[in-house]
Amino acid sequence: MKGSTARAQGHTPLVELRDMCIAFGGVHAVDHVSVDLHAGEVVGLLGHNGAGKSTLIKMLSGAYQADSGEIMINGEHATIRNPRDARSYNIETIYQTLALADNLDAASNLFLGRELVTRLGMVDDDAMEAETRKIMHRLNPNFSKFSDPVSALSGGQRQSVAIARAVYFNARILIMDEPTAALGPHETQMVSDLIEQLKADGIGIFLISHDVHDVMKLCDRASVMKNGQLVGTVDVSSVTDDDLLSMIILGKHPHEQAAGQPS
Amino acid sequence: MTDTSTHAAPPRKRSILDTLELDTRLLGMIGAFAVLCIGFDLITEGRFLTPRNVFNLTIQTVSVAIMATGMVFVIVTRHIDLSVGSLLATCSAVMAMTQTQFLPDTMGLGLNHPATWAITIVAGLITGVAIGAFHGWLIGYLAIPAFIVTLGGLLVWRNVAWYMTSGQTIGPLDSTFMTFGGINGTLGETWSWIIGIMAVVLALAGLINARRNKARHGFPVKPLWAEAFLGALTTAMILGFIWMLNSYEIPVRRLERMFEARGEIMPEGFTASYGLPISVLILIAVAIVMTIVAQRTRLGRYIYATGGNPDAAELSGINTRMLTVKVFAIMGALCAVSAVVASARLTNHSNDIGTLDELRVIAAAVIGGTALAGGIGTIYGAILGALIMQSLQSGMAMVGVDAPFQNIVVGAVLVLAVLIDTIYRKRTGAKR
Repeated sequence: MKGSTARAQGHTPLVELRDMCIAFGGVHAVDHVSVDLHAGEVVGLLGHNGAGKSTLIKMLSGAYQADSGEIMINGEHATIRNPRDARSYNIETIYQTLALADNLDAASNLFLGRELVTRLGMVDDDAMEAETRKIMHRLNPNFSKFSDPVSALSGGQRQSVAIARAVYFNARILIMDEPTAALGPHETQMVSDLIEQLKADGIGIFLISHDVHDVMKLCDRASVMKNGQLVGTVDVSSVTDDDLLSMIILGKHPHEQAAGQPS
Repeated sequence: MTDTSTHAAPPRKRSILDTLELDTRLLGMIGAFAVLCIGFDLITEGRFLTPRNVFNLTIQTVSVAIMATGMVFVIVTRHIDLSVGSLLATCSAVMAMTQTQFLPDTMGLGLNHPATWAITIVAGLITGVAIGAFHGWLIGYLAIPAFIVTLGGLLVWRNVAWYMTSGQTIGPLDSTFMTFGGINGTLGETWSWIIGIMAVVLALAGLINARRNKARHGFPVKPLWAEAFLGALTTAMILGFIWMLNSYEIPVRRLERMFEARGEIMPEGFTASYGLPISVLILIAVAIVMTIVAQRTRLGRYIYATGGNPDAAELSGINTRMLTVKVFAIMGALCAVSAVVASARLTNHSNDIGTLDELRVIAAAVIGGTALAGGIGTIYGAILGALIMQSLQSGMAMVGVDAPFQNIVVGAVLVLAVLIDTIYRKRTGAKR
């Protein structure tokens, strides 16, 4: 695989989160965690609810500010203080909550914060709708409710709006927080296909999930977290479902007793 | 699909409404307003819909309506502003003191100097924007709830105004300044028609432009007859309103005095009409600007997005704190504009100017369909809401309803309007 090769050849990782820490009122939500991601690679972040995987990734997407730690992008130090900074590094996020403004239509949500404007600086709704129609035609050909507020859409349709928003703006780093949690089998397949396609385009993807099967199917590597700490990072091809499960539940690294996996 | 909507409208009629793509909510409000006007007109035997009463109704509505457009933004972003009446009083006091004391004493510009009114209004606007932005900063950056900040503001600014003027009524005001109040500043027949025709041309150009834009992107457009009908309706409404205001003739004695003032003698049988009041022109300008801000600018888009989902707005890179400051600064500016209109209409600054306006303004916005939960509300709705409230109040006064009953009815109507709106939203929401 492309990502694995890039990693094997010792390329600089696309993203490196080094020794990240964040605490909320004395609770160490993320405690000295380091993970990395290469171009064209999918890294799964696994763990129970409250393991700290979403919190870790929110430091990369700018929603939270780390207490300590360093974010490197293409080997260079990156300062991410808010979502705008993250977007300037081409980091796009699909949040578990989708982060859609329910009262606005699909186009307004897709372009929120990055509206297309006319020469007079006015919001160009027609141009945005035209662009939205184009990308939705690619992602979800059944999508037709372009003038309704997104509150009127089904779970799958809302998800496609959130995905379209992340994909449209040429993301290099994509964060997907439980992208298939609210979807039916057909739409889940759609997301899987999309991930394959984005990988082929050389985009690095962090996939947050608590579903081991998803991770086994879609990811190249998996990092497992428990109680705010990193249990370990493994190549998905070298472990079984049960290995991952025991990492999640027991916090035990599968190769520790066997080979003494280099960290 | 089964027709579960309100009223027993036949299916054919519904499809016409759909073709016209008119906001059924807006139609409902216009309908309620029309019923109100015709009802009062019947009860008062034709005294309600006279040019004179329409004229008075319009100029009485302006001050509250201007502030209501700003309150839409405040409520859409899930805040509230209880201080608008007091803020209006402070702006009015600043302007009254500027023109009657500060300018004459320090710069030697007396009342009726050509620069006095302009400097005065600028001073008022600066006051309004500064206080509004300060409220917004307390709310956005220091995270004090808007209810508390503006409840404090209600007490503070009312009494700042009192302190500045020592509680006295300040008047008379600059004569140019007073033309912004209504009866003392109207455009007359010819100019009213010119403005009316310009408005028609602009409205039609807007319709044509919107259609062209849609066609260019290959979106479905309304059938031509529907566009033509909408155009004709708009034209009729604008010109009808101008005609009504132009039918209100200036009383003969007042005309005679005006001629005397110019040292002329009034010709026999001379008549003139008031026409469009300048204050109404200001309201229309405010409405247009605020509608453009709401629908066509990033600021407006962010206001609605923040109201719909503050977290999503924040995650989309919108600076929601700064947005709060901007929204309250706009509210402050509109309070200042209202202060100009209100004090000019009264021809003086009185200590109780704008008292209870905060409640009228909030009620107008809410009757106009602004949802306190945030994210929903229109500028035209708020103006219509203000108009409905004012008609109700002056209609009841005309019919001879006792003062306590007037307020009881207005209060009940407010609650009822929100109830109907809630039911309407549930139904349309379910239909989707």
